[in-house]
Amino acid sequence: MSRQRPEGNRRVALVGNPNAGKSALFNALTGARQKIANYPGVTVERKSGRFVLPTGEPVEMTDLPGAYGLDPTSPDEEVTAKVIAGHFPGEAAPDVLVVVLDASNLEQHLVFAQELLALGKPTVVALNMVDLAERDGLVLDAAVLAEELGVPVIPTVAVRRRGLAELGEAIANAGERHPGPGLTALGQTERRVAAHAMADAAILSESKRHRLHAKLDQLLLNPWVGPVILLAILFVVFQAVFAWATPFADALDAGVSALHDGVKAALPPSLLRDLLTDGVIAGVGSVIVFLPQIVILFAFILAMEASGYMARAAFLMDRMMASVGLSGRSFIPLLSSFACAIPGIMATRSITDPKDRLTTILIAPLMTCSARLPVYAVIIAAFIPHTSVWGGIGLQGLVLFTLYVVGVVGAMAVALALRSSMTKGAASGFIMELPKYQMPRLKDMAIGLWQRAWIFLRRAGTIIFMVTVVLWVMLNFPKAGPGESQVDASIAGKVANGLAFVVEPIGFNRDMALALIPAMAAREVAVSSLATTYAVDAGDNEDEQALELGDQLKRRWTLPMALAFLAWFVFAPQCMSTIAVTRRETNGWKWPTFMLAYLFGLAYIAAGATYWVAVAAGL
Amino acid sequence: MTLDMLPIGRFARIVAVHWPALVQEEARRLRALGLEEGARIAVSHRGILGGRDPIAITVGRMTVAVRRAHAAAMEVEEL
Repeated sequence: MSRQRPEGNRRVALVGNPNAGKSALFNALTGARQKIANYPGVTVERKSGRFVLPTGEPVEMTDLPGAYGLDPTSPDEEVTAKVIAGHFPGEAAPDVLVVVLDASNLEQHLVFAQELLALGKPTVVALNMVDLAERDGLVLDAAVLAEELGVPVIPTVAVRRRGLAELGEAIANAGERHPGPGLTALGQTERRVAAHAMADAAILSESKRHRLHAKLDQLLLNPWVGPVILLAILFVVFQAVFAWATPFADALDAGVSALHDGVKAALPPSLLRDLLTDGVIAGVGSVIVFLPQIVILFAFILAMEASGYMARAAFLMDRMMASVGLSGRSFIPLLSSFACAIPGIMATRSITDPKDRLTTILIAPLMTCSARLPVYAVIIAAFIPHTSVWGGIGLQGLVLFTLYVVGVVGAMAVALALRSSMTKGAASGFIMELPKYQMPRLKDMAIGLWQRAWIFLRRAGTIIFMVTVVLWVMLNFPKAGPGESQVDASIAGKVANGLAFVVEPIGFNRDMALALIPAMAAREVAVSSLATTYAVDAGDNEDEQALELGDQLKRRWTLPMALAFLAWFVFAPQCMSTIAVTRRETNGWKWPTFMLAYLFGLAYIAAGATYWVAVAAGL
Repeated sequence: MTLDMLPIGRFARIVAVHWPALVQEEARRLRALGLEEGARIAVSHRGILGGRDPIAITVGRMTVAVRRAHAAAMEVEEL
């Protein structure tokens, strides 16, 4: 959040409608030297960077959130309006405005532009994406527009770096303006009429050529073909997240193991060494291995966003999401949560309605993330017979599928309940511009991917690091006396004894209670922690030691216990990172606390019900 | 006729909008997107499952998705 900006540097803000190509222009001007943070108090991204004008003067450039006007209808627009007016606490008002217009949507974008020009600030207009307008058969005269608006108008193609030098020149020369009454006195409707007139005047020629995006929409929004294409795309995304990521994840895993063993071999046995290897490297490493999945998932999300397809997916899914009080915008974040709730919750930023967004964040952890898979896989393999039911459908796969479905159904039920209670509000509408299709630019994608990966890595380096160290300390102190197991003697062991009392009614034994503690860091740790516990427990008995974890489980757990354990993991919020990212995205502890409480409550009820029903059924 | 009843592909002009029927913020957003009195529009797509919701409306060079409830508040006249 540090904002060391040398006093005296002028501040230049990019402002314009959503889909005007502002971010691409910002990327082109500042390159990868960007600082991303949140505006204090709100979860709206603040992007800033340095740009050196042709005169050699460095300026601080900010990319303000897209807005349709200065009268805000969303948190994004509120930030933009306040920053421009200089009313945002801790943010100096920009010295120069760069109004970004989509060249092929002038009659719309000029409405907001007039409102901005009426402010009288030094202003430059970037007539952006002129190449796409030309592709649509639209030829524009920037000089006519400049005369109408009374400020320099620079045609730009951000993605091809066209017009950037001229834009810099114009920013350097932008001076005080005194907008005439013709601009300031207008209302919204008059501005719209004026925008039409100006756009018409600036258009040199316009062919009636059928636009590409209309044709694509015929296909992609077709009520029958559209959903099939969406499903196919989603299938590829999931395939990629789970299959393509595997070699990279395995390589990272191997690297972490090698580092673990290397450090272990290099250092003399000591507490510090154990903290470093078993605590830090093992703990942080278990989270880092998800990086390939997250990068691949975000590559698809960014490509879908940049191409304009994301809005179409939201359009197709809106009807179904509306049935639980959400809108189509919640679809992609929830979908992402199947890989990991963290990118899912991060992706909720595209939801404009705050209550919609909060509801989506709260139910995101119910989507079965990939960290649950190791837990499910081990338990299912141990307890569910490898048989077929109803001609060829494997029972094991069916159980796994059921666990996914229970999560989704649970999420829908919770969304309905929340929308009629805690996040109650006017039925969230769905008003969304469907942007023109565009080829995603590799450079913009790379910058976006790097930013997501960095957020993830930074969290692994801070919060997850801290939690891991705390857990390690809890598991290793106080030291066990002779003949006593370290697990039993440790603080964690004591906590587990207390916890065992709480989870006994839902069929959990002490080992299961113990596994839940380190699994707070990340769910999949439950598996390794069960393995450790039983390995320690087996002691010197070689027959026992030779048993695989699955066989150990089979000897020690009953089927109802195993099913209850599975049901627990469908709901339990056993992921510190999710809680941390929820805190970050909701700006406080209120909602993460609520999330923890309701998810643990659901997990307890679900596991208990599963256990007792299974016992009653004689399983 | 209200906008939600307009068949796909026909052009129409919005002649009146029943603004009080809409949530204030959504009303502002619709205005900001150019969906207000006098706008020349066409319905270009309808959602899946019977096509009731949502509705994609072409206004100028832009396509905007709205819910049926929004469209029902807009009185249109076919051109």
